[in-house]
Amino acid sequence: MLDGDPCSITENILVKPGKGQAFNRVKVKNLKTGRTLERTFKTTESVEAADVEDIDVEFLYTDGEYWHFMEPQTFEQHAADSIAVGDAAKWIKGQEACVMTLWDGAPLSITPPNFVELAVIQTDPGLKGDTAQGGSKPATLETGTEVKVPLFIDEGDVLKIDTRNGEYVSRA
Amino acid sequence: MSESWQPAAGREIMQLRARMLKHIRAFFDQRGVLEVETPLLSSSSTTDPHLSSFSTRYLQQNLYLNTSPEYCMKRLLAAHGDAIFQICKSFRDDELGPVHNPEFTLLEWYRPGFDMFELMDELGELVQMLAANSGLDHSIQKISYADAYWQAAGINPHITSADECLNCALQHGIDKPVGLEDDVDEWLDWLLTQLVMPTFPADSFTFIYGYPQSQSSLAKLYKDRHGHTVAARFELLYGEIELANGFDELLDSNEQRQRFEHENSRRVALGLSSSVIDEALLKALQHGLPACSGVALGLDRLLMMLARVDTLERVIAFPFSRI
Repeated sequence: MLDGDPCSITENILVKPGKGQAFNRVKVKNLKTGRTLERTFKTTESVEAADVEDIDVEFLYTDGEYWHFMEPQTFEQHAADSIAVGDAAKWIKGQEACVMTLWDGAPLSITPPNFVELAVIQTDPGLKGDTAQGGSKPATLETGTEVKVPLFIDEGDVLKIDTRNGEYVSRA
Repeated sequence: MSESWQPAAGREIMQLRARMLKHIRAFFDQRGVLEVETPLLSSSSTTDPHLSSFSTRYLQQNLYLNTSPEYCMKRLLAAHGDAIFQICKSFRDDELGPVHNPEFTLLEWYRPGFDMFELMDELGELVQMLAANSGLDHSIQKISYADAYWQAAGINPHITSADECLNCALQHGIDKPVGLEDDVDEWLDWLLTQLVMPTFPADSFTFIYGYPQSQSSLAKLYKDRHGHTVAARFELLYGEIELANGFDELLDSNEQRQRFEHENSRRVALGLSSSVIDEALLKALQHGLPACSGVALGLDRLLMMLARVDTLERVIAFPFSRI
């Protein structure tokens, strides 16, 4: 816990003069905002541990205000608001296996699968002869998200998308 | 890439390590310094509040792993008076990072009749010989703790305050660590690593000597040319990496006991357990230690420098991550 927010340590460097006081230069990721910050502590300092855990969930549906997920083993359901879902909302339509991070038992963030398969619902037809030039055009996916795709993609095609950078990978 | 059962350091590094050890032994053999062995297990632990000993046991008896072989080597000095050296493992709990491994190799030696500057010269000759054998040519500079601080930070470390250190940090864009408040020594340690050491030339050796009295540990005290009482303690660095720490050794058993007790009270104030004081060392000092200087050199870090790599993992066959 740092400044009231749960954080995960991404890097921890020991700074220690031979016979002197040791310090830890710590890089942490704020799990609420996703921002990375750097802080130094005397080695003897302690901070409150955040009660954070990751669970595997399946995305069920959204009612517009909440996104509903279920733990496949126990069928227990969790409702996450738009802040917790964040960018994951751009890539999930239902039945995807996601990781939900809980803080004090409440949804803190959602990590979608690295790759998802989504259908194109709208894109302009590619112009003839353009395929060889490797150009791209916008396409709208069934989740409403717009991605850049090659010119040969048509409406109705199902695409494989890398959710970590939002880029088109291939036709599914 | 490589599997975790395999060594982290390659064959060439192992060969370089073996060559380094051979050259060190030849260096001391030529100078008539006797190689000795002392136990790694000890019934006492270090009182230094900044070090933490591993503890273990023999049946019901509590024992500790040495953080350095210093105390037993001083008992040998008190008994025989010979110049001695030792290459051994030392252990420090809670020290792990790119240049820290909880178990590491130390070369420690003691020179009766040498003052701090004579021992610095001998250490300089040793590391330059080893560097030359690896085809490296490194210069050595010597600077007092006070001069190094003055040049890098504009602070006189022997009379500074926590407030002045804080202002200095702010001026130089250095953050204030959480938990660092009004302890001047802690501030000096912090600014030393963040502001002073980065001014040392990257590819050469630097000696710093004449530490603040409050950081004297097992060193004698003396008056520097400005009249400040300072510790006859030195360190050797390569770039910003500390390789060695040495003392013109304290001989007075009463003062040594007071320093142990003072360190123990600091441990308690910091919420650490107080350590078992080494009575055998105090008895040896009472019997009489010849005037001498001693130094401990971290051989894994020295090997890092010789091999031109920047983490200990590359020079230790099985570092902590693979045991």
